[in-house]
Formats: sequence, C-alpha cells, structure tokens
Amino acid sequence: MALENTSFTGNAAANLSNQQKIFLFTGFSGLFITFIASFNAIQSQLAVWLAVALGLISIGVIGYSRELYKNTMPGIKNDYVFFKSLTNRGIWAYALGIFLTGFYVVLYFYPSYLGLNESGENTGLVALFDPLSKWLSGNSASQWFVYGVFYTLAILLFGMKFLWKYRHNKYQRLRTFSVMFFQLGFAFLIPELMARLNSDSFALPYYDLKNIWPLNYYNFEQYRVDEFISAGNIGLALLIFGILSILVITPILTYKYGKRWYCSWVCGCGGLAETAGDSFRHLSDKSIQAWKIERWMVHLVTVFVVLMTMAVVATYLGYDAEKYWLTKPAFLIGSTILLTAVYAWVLIYKREAFKKDALIAGGGFLALIITLVSLHLIGWTPHLFFIEAEPLRASYGFLIGSIFSGVIGTGFYPILGNRVWCRFGCPMAAILGFQQRLFSKFRITTNGGQCISCGNCSVYCEMGIDVRAYAQRGENIVRSSCVGCGICSSVCPRGVLKLENDNPNNRLNENEILFGNKLNLKDYVQ
Amino acid sequence: MNKQEHIAIIGNGISGVTLARHIRKNSDKKITLISDESPYFFSRTALMYVYMGHMKWEHLIPYEKDFWKKNRIELIHKRVVNIDVENNVLHFEDNDQLNYDQLVLATGSVPQYYNWPGQHLKGVQGLYAKQDLELLEEHAPHHQACQRAVIVGGGLIGVELAEMLHTRDISVTFLVREPYFWNTILPQHSAELITNHIKKQGIDLRLSTHLKAINSDDDVKVKSVSISENNQEIPCQLVGLTTGVRPHIDFLETSSIAINKGVVVDEYFRTNVENIYAIGDCAERNYSLGHRPAIESVWYTGRIMGETLAQTLCGNPTKYAPGHWFNSAKFFDIEYQTYGWVFSTPKTGNAHFYWKDEEEEKAIEIEYEVATQKFLGINSFGIRLRHEFFDQCLSSNKTIDFVLDHFEQANFDPEFFGTYYHQIKVKWQEENKKANA
Repeated sequence: MALENTSFTGNAAANLSNQQKIFLFTGFSGLFITFIASFNAIQSQLAVWLAVALGLISIGVIGYSRELYKNTMPGIKNDYVFFKSLTNRGIWAYALGIFLTGFYVVLYFYPSYLGLNESGENTGLVALFDPLSKWLSGNSASQWFVYGVFYTLAILLFGMKFLWKYRHNKYQRLRTFSVMFFQLGFAFLIPELMARLNSDSFALPYYDLKNIWPLNYYNFEQYRVDEFISAGNIGLALLIFGILSILVITPILTYKYGKRWYCSWVCGCGGLAETAGDSFRHLSDKSIQAWKIERWMVHLVTVFVVLMTMAVVATYLGYDAEKYWLTKPAFLIGSTILLTAVYAWVLIYKREAFKKDALIAGGGFLALIITLVSLHLIGWTPHLFFIEAEPLRASYGFLIGSIFSGVIGTGFYPILGNRVWCRFGCPMAAILGFQQRLFSKFRITTNGGQCISCGNCSVYCEMGIDVRAYAQRGENIVRSSCVGCGICSSVCPRGVLKLENDNPNNRLNENEILFGNKLNLKDYVQ
Repeated sequence: MNKQEHIAIIGNGISGVTLARHIRKNSDKKITLISDESPYFFSRTALMYVYMGHMKWEHLIPYEKDFWKKNRIELIHKRVVNIDVENNVLHFEDNDQLNYDQLVLATGSVPQYYNWPGQHLKGVQGLYAKQDLELLEEHAPHHQACQRAVIVGGGLIGVELAEMLHTRDISVTFLVREPYFWNTILPQHSAELITNHIKKQGIDLRLSTHLKAINSDDDVKVKSVSISENNQEIPCQLVGLTTGVRPHIDFLETSSIAINKGVVVDEYFRTNVENIYAIGDCAERNYSLGHRPAIESVWYTGRIMGETLAQTLCGNPTKYAPGHWFNSAKFFDIEYQTYGWVFSTPKTGNAHFYWKDEEEEKAIEIEYEVATQKFLGINSFGIRLRHEFFDQCLSSNKTIDFVLDHFEQANFDPEFFGTYYHQIKVKWQEENKKANA
C-alpha cells in the first residue's frame, strides 16, 4: 500500500461510544427545536422552548467533549484527525460547510426567512429569541441577536471542549478563558445592557468595545458618530476610545505582546476560530503560493477599508461644517499625512524588513491616495475616489463584511481551515501584523538545534505558516500573520518552540550553521 | 568555463540532504541525490504521526518540489547495487549507471535483528524506513486485524511503535531486556519514571524479559512469540523488532571501501578511497571523540555531519567538531531532553543529583564532578530546557550550583507554566547539607 494515496483504514466513525452517540443526539435535538421553530412550529411558551433548545445543545456539546477526553491522558492527542471525514475534507465536512454557508446567506441577505419582522411582531426563529432579548435589553430580538446568542454559545461550549483538550497546557487554557470572557462580556452582555440605558433623549450606538476599526469598519459612519456626539460625555468618550484604540492602544500592546493580545486572546472572530474552529486548524494551506496570495489579498482589503472610511467620513464632514469641528480638508490632509509618515518611517528605518514588491505596492497606493485627495481638495473631482462614498461603503459591507468574513470566513471552516478570514481578509490583522513585524518584542524562539523537522508545527498552524521551515534552520519565527495561538509550541514533541516577549533587537537570528555544532563559519568567509 | 565537479550522494535522509543544501549554498558544483526509499526527502522522525493520523504523508516532505529544481539538485529514485571505485561509476539496479567525481555515502541504517527463530515471518518487522510504515499498515491496520502486537526492544523506536499501535486500540506487549525501560542510557530513577508512565498508558510492559522465538503454524505468518524466562507463549499478529539499528552497508561488501560495522572514516569523513566519503548513521569513526560512540545513529549528528562535510567538499577542509552532545525524545506524553552527558551510572568521580515531581511526572537528573562540582550534563523529563543556556554552561565549565542558581534562564516551557527552580534548588541544598554534615 503506497502512503501517498491511502485513505487509511483507521475506523474512526465506528469508534463513537454509546454515550457519545447519546450526547450527539441530545445536541442535535436542541438544534432541531430551533430548526422547527424557524417554520413557526412553536407558537407558545417561547421562553421554555428556547431554554430547552439551548440547554440540550449545551448538554450535548459538553457531554460529548467529556466522553471524548475522559479516557485520555493529558497531552497532545491529535489521533485520527486525518482519518475522520469531518476533519479531513470528507463528506461530513462538505455537508457542514454547505449548512454553515447557507445559514450565513440567510442571515445576511434573507433575515425574513428567520422570522425577522421590523415593522411588527417577529415570527419563527427570531421570535423564539424574543423573550431572552427582552429580558436583557428590553427590545425584541433581531437576526443579529439570534446570531449573537449562537456565536457566544459556540465560543463558550467549544471553548470548554478546548479547555479539556489542552488541560495540560496553561497558556492554552488562559487564552481560552480570555476569549470566552470577552465574547460573553464585551461582545454580548455589555452592548445588550448598554441598550437598556437608551431612552428617547439618549441613545448610544450598539458598541462592542473590543471590536476595533477597521475590523469594525462601520464605527465612524455618520449615524454612529452622530449618536456618539449626541450622547454627551459618555458618547464622546466612546468615540475617542474608538479612535485611540487603533492609533494608540494597538501599537502599544502589539509592541509588548505581539498581535496575539488581540487575535487569540480578545477578538471575537479569533475566539470562534480557536474554539469552534479548532478541529479544522490543520486544513490551512501551507504552500508558498498561498502565502503570496495572502500578502496581496489582506493588504488590498486594508487599502480598501482605508479608502472607504476616508470617503465616508469626508462625505458627512463635507456637508455639515457646523456640526463637526473637524473640517473635511483638515481630515483628509491629516489622514494623508499620517499615511505618508508611516510609509516614510518604513522606508527610512525598516526598509530591510520588506520585500521589494511590498514597498512598491505600498508606495503606489500612497501616491494614488495623495493624488486623489489633492485633486478632490482643489475641486477637480466631485467625489474623493471618483465614485460616491455610499456605493464604496455598500460594496465593502457586502463583499468584505458579509461574504468574506461571514459566508467564506466561517462557512468554509471545514474546507479551508478556521482562519481564512483572519489570514486573507482581516484588515485589523493586517495592521496588527504590520506592527508585529516591524516593532514588537514578540517572537517564537527556536530552541537551538533541537528541531527534528517532524512538521507537526506547520500542520497545526492555523495561519498556514510553515513553522518547520524556520525551526529546522534554527531561526526564530517573526511573521506578521502569526496570531500567537501557541499551538505550534504545544504540538512540538521535542520542546523546540517558545512564544516569548523579549528584547526586540535580537528577534531574528539567521544562522548559516545550526546550533550544537562547533563549526565556525567566520573562518571560512575570511 | 570548467566543467563543474560532480558530487553524488547516496541517501536522501537528513545527512545527505543537509550536505546537498550546504554544498549548494557554498558552490556551483553539480549535485546528485540518490535514494531508493523515497523520491523526495521526508522527515523520518514523523513517520509515526502518519500512522496515528496526526499528519498525512505529504506533510512529511519539508521542501516543495520546486526546491530541488531551484537549487539544481538532481534527484534519482533508484537503488545503487554496485560502486566501481576504479572508474568512479555507480551501477543501478536497472543497469543504468552514473559517473561521479566525488561520492558521499549517507545510506543510514537498517533494523538490527539477532537471528531469532521466525524473524523472517510475515508480520515481523522493524520501524525505520517508509516501507516499514507501509508494512505496518498492512499488518496492523486496526484491532480487528491485529488484536495484539508484541514489541521487542526497549529503546526509542520501541516506545514510538507502542504509542502508534495504542492509538489504533491494538493491545501491546512490550518486552524489555533491562530491569527498567531504556536503562542502558537512563539512570534508574528516571528509567523508573518512564517505565511507570508507559504502564499507565495501558501497555503490558514486561521488564527483564527476553524473546526466545517467533512462532507460526504455517511458516508464513506469525502466530505468537515465546519468552525465554518462563517459556510462556503470547499470541499475537504483529511482532515489532526494535532492538536497534545497524549501518546500511550490505551493498558495499564486495567493493574495496573499508568497512567494519560501518563505513570506516577519519575526522574529515574520508574513507580509504580518496574521493569517497561517508556521513550519518552508516559512518563509523576510526578515532575516539569524547564519550561519543563510533557510530552515532542520531538524527542531529547526521545533520551536523552533513554541514561539516559540505565545508570540506567546497574547499574548506573541516574536521568533525560537533560541539556538546544533545538529544531529545518523547515517551508517550513525557518529553525528554538531554544536554551534555548523564550516564546510567555516574562515571568514576562523578555523582548524580535527581529531582522529581511524582504527580506531575517531571524530573531532572544532573551528572557532576564531585571534587570540583563541575556540571557535566542534564536529563530533563517534562520540563523544556534552553539549548543555548546549557551549551554555554558546558563550554565555560560552570558548576552545578551555577546551573541551579540560573535555572530560570534555562527554562523553555511555555509562558504561565509552573516553575520548579525553587523546589529543585531546595532539594539540592538539603542533599548538600547532608553530605557535608
């Protein structure tokens, strides 16, 4: 039997114990209740039915996880990952992928099928969640509330599974507690409770405080900014916090800890990827080709979001000079100066960290922005980027906000891996990655000459980094895409990799000859 | 322009591939890499993970296919049957041939058997090459086809094989000749720690037990093994012989290249034939080098030899100087690292300091010189240690006190993991007090 094309005999499916089957059935019964609710099969006692449905789902996932790990010793147990249909792009993986993408399509584009009724009483699935929504915020549920409950539940339940799986690893446990906390508190409960403060005279926009622009690409749209401003000091504080988050807070934290402080400790997208998506992390593409696509795609999205936001903000600053102290020219010139300063700083101090194509592409985009802003300011072009801001905003929201981050990003977990969005699409990850690559104390240290090139690190890297390629040369890993999940270090059988924050000056250690060898290359060069 | 010198390398394991890469870094020479095992270099150390389902075969190939072309390293997937050293020609199994200017033997090892009755039977195998893994898939695909396997030989490959079979729910009986697992290398305390850990996994580990014979009903397929001690017969469908490896040099026996257990080489890896070299598992040094065995069948040393010989072949004659000894392994869930030398019983004038946390299954064992307190080596179980730190300590003749005082710097465990330096230090001080009292 040739190893290249075997679909090994390991009979994984038959390995489910009776208890596991019972818990699977329990979990699916809960899902089934929500499914029939979508067809208006449940008309009364909504709160009870909702509690039963969510309860069954929870018991199912928790019980199943417990059965899965209770007879194993603590340690890395990735047995059968590549034999199972669900985790090796088999029929179950495609079935789940189709189900998830279908759900996202309905959620984003056809919420009425879920029972959303903005002008009257909700029906179907959304109505099932009305009691919980009213209890929390006082308002009826929306499709986003339904989604938020499922999302949070997924992070909490699969987070517990992850905690079991990595019960021997404190880094993994703390990180998982952290994403569970931020999802439940910051993303779900706090915004709902903040909504309780709203009255006829006072309204805060729905704000997940940890959701930073540009991930939260709509944060500076006019309706939100207006709401912030009209909500007095609290609103203004929140608006300032939103601006400081990206310009001041992220560079400082990324300098100290690497982008992991956000991507695998705080972020909701990261939180889902690390918990519900953990079973699919090995599916990320590690080829050099994929890396090339990643570099272009994620940075193009970043350019897109910068342009779109500039255009949107410039539009409303433009037509209501009385209302905002910041004028449109000041905003545009200020933004352009900021972008120019970043680029100049890179050219002068960090040139060697970039490949030539990146410098040229960056310079090209900057030149384009400067030209367009100048043309617009002297009045030659009616719209900042030739087209109106609204279609720009709408197409970003549709293509990136909905299709990329939702339908593909999560729907394709079982096919493309759990961090497709984070790797190829997230502009926030691109900016944090830029900071991480250029000024950060974070690196993954390779332990001298101990690497045996086994490749576990590369396989289980959800960001598709070929970790082994660095480790086997004794080099540290300093990559902008690394989210610092620490799984490479966990699965390494020889204790080779360590995530560290240390002196930024000795991060890169490119050796010709590996450690553990007395060869002195200098003699050879001279 | 002169025609570039042609270097042929037999064997595309870690030694041969490292050599080829480093020759390319330093020169424009023509390089041919020959193997009959696999068309591309693969990570031998990860074979076990393919069987366990952690990885796929394709993940074991560290370099993309382009790499060889880009680096102008010619690959030949054929078996060499004969070397014509007079005319510098290699003869392949298919009667093809290849001329070389310089030849490097990096043929690695084959499993070592000890002439047990029945070792030829179907279902009896070692675990070293890619082909061995394919055999294992055939003999032990799942516990319906193989209810019990017997592994013979308590070393690193044996314990890997036990872990592999265990994941497929195959019952494993593990015969070990020594009183504790890997007792020839590990001191008794730590050998005991690993022994208990293996038993805890549900492995039927039989210590001080010798294989007598492998039995069959039809002289085709294995049926059981017999044990010398009590003549007990253990029914099984697979016998894993993991009693060590020996140099893979059978095809050289008719050539004029000098061989002993391995291909005999000097400190430049030169054989008795002027333009032929040998590195890695198949090489046997004709001189002594510290505590290192004459044949070092270790992955790391294979790599270091490749790096070193590349210098010599590129015009910078360089002696083998591998620095301080280090190694690593994993016994089920316990990671093991070693730096410097810790022997199963301390060498004369030396002593051991041992610390363990029974419940957490963590331990360290240090060998040091009693008179000078000089630090000589450390074994670590379940605690990751920093290679660079110990390399420096060994180079600068640090004392055991220095090492234990600076243990925090030596720690390589992930962030937030428990630390043990204080406990270790306290135990050392207590033992010292007793010794001085």
